[in-house]
Amino acid sequence: MEVFAQQLINGLTLGSIYGLIAIGYTMVFGIIGMVNFAHGDVFMLSAFIALIFFLILTTWLGISSVALALLLVLVIGMLLTSLWGWAIERVAYRPLRGSFRLAPLISAIGVSIFLSNFVQVAQGARNKPIPPMVRDVVVLFERDGYAVALSYKQIIIMVTTAALLAAFWYVVQKTPLGRAQRACEQDRKMAALLGIDVDKTISMTFVMGAALAAVAGTMYLLYYGVVSFNDGFVPGVKAFTAAVLGGIGSLPGAVLGGLIIGLIETLWSAYFSIEYKDVAAFSILAIVLIFMPSGILGRPEVEKV
Amino acid sequence: MNAPQPTTATMTQQRPAPANGDFTTALKDAGLATLVTFGLSIPILSFRTDQSQANELYLRPRWGLVLVACALVFALRFVLRLYGVRWAAARQVARSRKEAIRTTTEKPRGLAHRLLALAVPVFLGVALAFPLLSYFAAGGLTESRYWVDLGILILTYVMLGWGLNIVVGLAGLLDLGYVAFYAVGAYSYALLSTTFGLSFWICLPVAGILAAFWGILLGFPVLRLRGDYLAIVTLAFGEIIRLVLINWVELTNGGAGITSIPRVSFFGVPFTNEEGGFASLFGLEFSPMHRVIFLYYLILGLALLTNFVTLRLRRLPVGRAWEALREDEIACRSLGINTRNTKLTAFALGAMFGGIAGSFFAVRQGFVSPESFNFLESATILAIVVLGGMGSQVGVAVAAVLMVGGPEMLRNLGFLKAVFGEGFDPNEYRLLLFGLAMVAMMVWRPRGLISHREPSVALGVRKAISGALVKEGHG
Repeated sequence: MEVFAQQLINGLTLGSIYGLIAIGYTMVFGIIGMVNFAHGDVFMLSAFIALIFFLILTTWLGISSVALALLLVLVIGMLLTSLWGWAIERVAYRPLRGSFRLAPLISAIGVSIFLSNFVQVAQGARNKPIPPMVRDVVVLFERDGYAVALSYKQIIIMVTTAALLAAFWYVVQKTPLGRAQRACEQDRKMAALLGIDVDKTISMTFVMGAALAAVAGTMYLLYYGVVSFNDGFVPGVKAFTAAVLGGIGSLPGAVLGGLIIGLIETLWSAYFSIEYKDVAAFSILAIVLIFMPSGILGRPEVEKV
Repeated sequence: MNAPQPTTATMTQQRPAPANGDFTTALKDAGLATLVTFGLSIPILSFRTDQSQANELYLRPRWGLVLVACALVFALRFVLRLYGVRWAAARQVARSRKEAIRTTTEKPRGLAHRLLALAVPVFLGVALAFPLLSYFAAGGLTESRYWVDLGILILTYVMLGWGLNIVVGLAGLLDLGYVAFYAVGAYSYALLSTTFGLSFWICLPVAGILAAFWGILLGFPVLRLRGDYLAIVTLAFGEIIRLVLINWVELTNGGAGITSIPRVSFFGVPFTNEEGGFASLFGLEFSPMHRVIFLYYLILGLALLTNFVTLRLRRLPVGRAWEALREDEIACRSLGINTRNTKLTAFALGAMFGGIAGSFFAVRQGFVSPESFNFLESATILAIVVLGGMGSQVGVAVAAVLMVGGPEMLRNLGFLKAVFGEGFDPNEYRLLLFGLAMVAMMVWRPRGLISHREPSVALGVRKAISGALVKEGHG
């Protein structure tokens, strides 16, 4: 029971990170119908940006308050990663709009290979560890010497995720930008005819996705305290799995999918074998897709003749 | 959602381009690009994180590098903007005119088309004479080893590309986990030969059959999936196979891989320096290169076999059904084509050639480990197929030479050390440039290198059509 409760907490934390990345996938897929393969590497890049700014703030500028440093890192990281998201869309995807379906996919795989190797060349191939920023834990309850603990890190991650989700939910549902995004998702041609700047809307979608990936990257760094250049692929694939699981195109679906994948992964590691946790996550994906092809919260695909 | 969106495409093209040759506009544009580059390079390029003796990270500023990157982008963008616009516009017009002509005239007989007709015999000739050519070019049998090895590598990818072409190019099923079948083939030979002592010539077809079974096994559950869902599930299968290979240590020896796999023999005659070996049998002086050259011709033969089978299958009912499936699945079903069996045969045949290529890989390396079968391999093979023009056999071969041979050439750029200093290793940038090249090639030619199609079967006159008219399938 205690083990289960602890794993539940760990799983939800991990799931929050996956959910944040998954939103980037789901929004892009919803609006232009492409798998943005480079998104996992944008996430990895943002973790590096966070790492470097954290070092600048703590060692050079001497900011001792972790909360302030974290907030600043988060804001700067979101800004700079958004710029990356915007630039990638502008250079690698926009010229291919209206082209056939596989071209942007190959281009995205190219960007993904470029990004991870760019970081490797620029920052070196070794793991980059930082000293733990937040150490405190809250012991929820304790029985037979096994304490179920909720660390401050986990609280920060879950609260930040929830707050940002609420903010982005508001943007997508209530603002003119969100309305334009939903319009483009439904029918891009019609939206363009009605005076929506489709290119700008798509750019903004990439910017929003990258900003959320930056939050996920910062949280990842905070949680694990280490990052390396090839940390983008596996979380990226799992986040895409989460997006598909929740029903691609659906924002709440992405978060739900992320939480489920996070839970499956941690529970599987705890009760079965840690080596096969990724196999478990991918198998769940295959099984869900075979029996529920449109995901949990997705709309069923209509077959048009 | 997946359908091409004509309005947005034309909108981006018809956006009022700045006056051609306009100096200030180009300057402004280049300045903006430089500003963005500066923003992008701020933390990641300008500060390098290094580990100190005490295992703590410290930062090392490198503003010089940022300056170089910014200057490079500025110059490139400026030149492109100033001279590139007119060229691009002219090309656009020429291309759209050409496409229009291609779809209406009976027989396109342009220069490119004639070159293409010549390309096949030239390619075949060069491929057949390649060991001889490299022998004379390198000036010796042992010296030519590097080139023959490179030829083997390229031909392996040509074969993999042709194998995947059946699945992606003909049947229109997007497979991102093709490397799984390559792995199945490689491990089949490695395990069968090391545990049961079976010879390569028995294992080669067995590996192909086993991989085909895996193709059916993996293909069966994903039959109902379409488009990107299929892509992601095949990717997941590829990863699962790799993870199982890593973690099932009792069978596969885990990440350490399987070593000392028996070498290839000349149909039973070993390539050894002994009595009864290949050299003594043919009265030649022993050289380890005999085996390498034999491997070269082996993979050439296997690749040509793949090509031959594909070309023949395209004319058979099953091949025509694949292409029909790619064009319109619903119409296929209405016309009574069994889409399940059609998809499964495509999966199985594609997987079979992947498995044969895999067992060749194992016999050539003498060593297999799960790290050889990562996602990058799948991505490379898919990129070869797409860049080749999806369904074009010659295109795949050209793309394989470019994608595999090109990065390999970076190893030979030792002279760059003189320019950038001793610590510069061009090989470090191999994958970085590979990724950039993938993006650039897609932006430059999204339809691939060979972007027109000859029909497999025609009544009367064969009409080649533009690749833009070929669908890419739902699945």
